[in-house]
Amino acid sequence: MQPSIIEMIYSQREEIMKRWEEEVQRVSENEMGRQLPYDKYNETNAEFIHLIIDTLELDQNEAKEKLRFFAERLIHAGWPLSYFTQGMQAFRRVLLETMTSNDSLQSKTVFTTFYEIESWIDGIINQLVDEYTGSWENTLHLQKLALKELSAPLIPVFEKISVMPLIGTIDTERAKLIMESLLEGIIEHRSQVVLIDITGVPVVDTMVAHHIIQASEAVRLVGAECILVGIRPEIAQTIVNLGIDLGKFPTRSTLRKGIETGLELTQRKIVDI
Amino acid sequence: MSVQSNVEVHTEWGIVSARQAGRNLAKELGFSSVDQARITTAISELARNIYLYAEKGEIIIESVERMQSTGRKKGIKITAKDEGPGIKNIRQVMEDGFTTSGGLGAGLPGVKRLMDEFDIDSIAGEGTEITTIKWNS
Repeated sequence: MQPSIIEMIYSQREEIMKRWEEEVQRVSENEMGRQLPYDKYNETNAEFIHLIIDTLELDQNEAKEKLRFFAERLIHAGWPLSYFTQGMQAFRRVLLETMTSNDSLQSKTVFTTFYEIESWIDGIINQLVDEYTGSWENTLHLQKLALKELSAPLIPVFEKISVMPLIGTIDTERAKLIMESLLEGIIEHRSQVVLIDITGVPVVDTMVAHHIIQASEAVRLVGAECILVGIRPEIAQTIVNLGIDLGKFPTRSTLRKGIETGLELTQRKIVDI
Repeated sequence: MSVQSNVEVHTEWGIVSARQAGRNLAKELGFSSVDQARITTAISELARNIYLYAEKGEIIIESVERMQSTGRKKGIKITAKDEGPGIKNIRQVMEDGFTTSGGLGAGLPGVKRLMDEFDIDSIAGEGTEITTIKWNS
């Protein structure tokens, strides 16, 4: 930034800092003020404005680096990104106000100065937002992957018997995974009976039921049998209300009963010794 | 006093959050777990219809009250609104087994059975509004 601007800012340093604090208080009062202890909030504000003013004389990359460091630390501690963007914007507003209230400055000087300040601040805001959303998207992507890995496991519990426990919401993508993993698993483990456990599925609506029916139909086509287990009482009533016909395929109330049925179907049973 | 929440539905996650909002309010109003499941399932059906046929719309969930000889009755009201293609033949969609998407065709008639009051208003080409209430007995 041009030395003349920095000089101008420094000459009115106290005034600018005071106004900035008022401005920030006004903008973020409703969100931030309430959640944080007053002291801590003021302390951070003071640190922020000092940082902004001190970084003015550095070149832009260095300034960005410093502000990023500050932002990272606070975001890590749970401060919202909007605190920084609003803080920078408030700084810009305050500067403009200060400049326009100074009659000795020509409007052209005000304009060029403001233009320079604006691009300086926008550059920093953009970088902050970019990095913040970047790391956010990255986290989201990783979580999606992790979820996908958890979404449709087929567990061979006995010879010829496998269990697929389903937990959580079933959407279209997951329904597809369930189908694939069921069929592949049946071939791989040479299963004859597959138990689909829906204890952990919060809502069984027509779409979920439809996917389960389709999956069990496909299982039948590859020569195995599908038993639906873990139907909670309220889910049973909802299914009946919805008018979904599950008459065609076997269901059991619990996984344990399902396994007993599976053993029966493969001519085995559990005995006490 | 009525609590109201609006949930935009334009992805499958919208369906999940609408459901969550419905379950929370149903719990607050003291519905039994069976009724909670019914309400959540009904919301799921309505929200899925929005997602499948209209692509976007909103689900409005609010509490309602009615005075009766036996005292005040509380309930949950669900409104599903969209500006999608609308329904040409309402009688047909209320029949069990009718589907245009290859599904089970149990959605709307199912919702009607799950809930106590059911009202459907649709103009082909302009949109659909479905209002449904479950009373807490």
